[in-house]
Amino acid sequence: MGKVVLKLGKDISTDDIYPGRFMATVLPTETPQFCFNDRTEFNAQLKAKAIPAGSVIVADENFGCGSSREQAVSTIRGHELVIVARSIARIFLQNAINLGLNLVICPTIEAQEGDELELVSGGVLNKTSGKEFAAEPLPPARQAIIDAGGLIPYTRKKLLELPAR
Amino acid sequence: MGMTVVEKILARAAGAKAVRALDIVEPRVDLAMSHENAALVINQFNEIHQGTDREPKPWDPDRIAIIFDHRVPAEGPKTATNQKLIRGFVARHGIAKFHDIRGDLGGICHQILPERGYVRPGFVVVGTDSHTTSHGALGCFAFGIGATEMASVWTLGVALNIEVPPTIKVVVNGRFQEHVGPKDLILHLIGRLTAQGANFRVLEFHGDTIEAMSTSGRLTICNMSVEAGATSGIVPADAETERYLRQEAGVTGSLAPVQPDADAVYEKVIEVDVSRLEPQIACPHTVDNVKPIGEVAGKAVQQIVIGSCTNGRLDDLEIAAGILKGKQVAPGTRMLVFPASGRIYSQALEAGYLQEFMRAGAVVMNSGCGPCLGIHQGALGDEEVALATTNRNFKGRMGNPKSEVYLCSSAVAAASAITGVITDPRSGGR
Repeated sequence: MGKVVLKLGKDISTDDIYPGRFMATVLPTETPQFCFNDRTEFNAQLKAKAIPAGSVIVADENFGCGSSREQAVSTIRGHELVIVARSIARIFLQNAINLGLNLVICPTIEAQEGDELELVSGGVLNKTSGKEFAAEPLPPARQAIIDAGGLIPYTRKKLLELPAR
Repeated sequence: MGMTVVEKILARAAGAKAVRALDIVEPRVDLAMSHENAALVINQFNEIHQGTDREPKPWDPDRIAIIFDHRVPAEGPKTATNQKLIRGFVARHGIAKFHDIRGDLGGICHQILPERGYVRPGFVVVGTDSHTTSHGALGCFAFGIGATEMASVWTLGVALNIEVPPTIKVVVNGRFQEHVGPKDLILHLIGRLTAQGANFRVLEFHGDTIEAMSTSGRLTICNMSVEAGATSGIVPADAETERYLRQEAGVTGSLAPVQPDADAVYEKVIEVDVSRLEPQIACPHTVDNVKPIGEVAGKAVQQIVIGSCTNGRLDDLEIAAGILKGKQVAPGTRMLVFPASGRIYSQALEAGYLQEFMRAGAVVMNSGCGPCLGIHQGALGDEEVALATTNRNFKGRMGNPKSEVYLCSSAVAAASAITGVITDPRSGGR
């Protein structure tokens, strides 16, 4: 984990993360260009590759609410950013697990842009403020998908356990 | 200990005698719906099969539905090419529940599924669209998933690692005032619950008001349950569900309605009395920023939108046409109407509603998602304001982050089209 590059409030919608007008673009190789497109300065930095992999977006509650569009996850993953949010909306969370987006649910996280965060056992350490915040563990069923490397390999394994049709 | 409706549906679908909230289950899926994002589903589906000795064939083409609605007719070459790719997949695998861009068969996925009888009480329904919650109106458990998860369903026929959601019981009683209805109820409820108040939970609707409500109204409230974060909304199937499926959807054969046990365990119970409910407006830029109409009346609007999976059905169009009868859309305001399906379009044409809209100065568009998701028709200009019967008002939702979207019922939308400002329909459109 690295520096906080964007601090967001609550109820950040998938329209904010990946505006609907770019939904015709679906492939994970193509979605990163529209990441937070209407936050023009941040988007420009991303496109200029000025934000290193492992940088952190900190968000308040209900991050990723709204649409089921998977582009909202692949667009962030494409830049190898980490999400640390107080809570995450259901479909976004499931999509993030399925695609292997790095995220931490940290119900009390406090951080400012520029702060350095570090993943420690059981939580997140804000190295700048010196405070530590507990993370919420994922339910075991979701962890199993992460451990398999995402839903595609997980499903592939299940497919191969079935008799051939 | 008894079970809620969703617990019962999931227990049956998972082959378990009983399940409880937070259990992990793998229910078999009765219907798997996608729209244009089937292009991404196909991509992920092929990737799952890559490097294996298995042919990429969906588990059961009869349980897959694909409906083009988000960008119809295609707004550009990318969408058109994706639609072409999907047509090839549909033909290759014999997917019969395919609704292309057509006046007879087409429409918005959340209208097509109930209208064609594809969703039934007791079903487990997944869709690559967050408003898949709509289909709980027919007494099934219906929820939105992402494209990769859909590819997994196409492969295995089950939804993997589903956490049984706790249920919130919502008891609604009382009779609506004239020009107040299901949309006002659900907006009020979202305002009370907040945008995350029902996260990871199901809203199960009960009470006199729900019993007396048509399937169309039930679709509206279940549709927007997701705006409170709910995994799904559900109305236990009853006589109205059967009437709708038999008479309107032409379903024959037996139905298996699911009722909650008398001692079902609910996380909490919310009661709503609608008898004094006023028309409700969701203000920019969150759906839970809900105010009674008196607090926002008089706000100038440049675009009125009537339509969408939330409020584009025949009763919505009837209400709007009734209010507009003999009146004109105000100068400086444009009004766009998007019937939810080709069938509804035809019915509204026959009933004379579309003629009434045209005469009043509204533009009647083809059925589809239209401007609701800001991708296709009806984008807003900088600093413009829209008043829409759609379901989301997030910043940029209608195609422009410098614009504003207010959400309302079709009665409020029609009354406001006449005046050009947000107007209480109870005042007779004055």
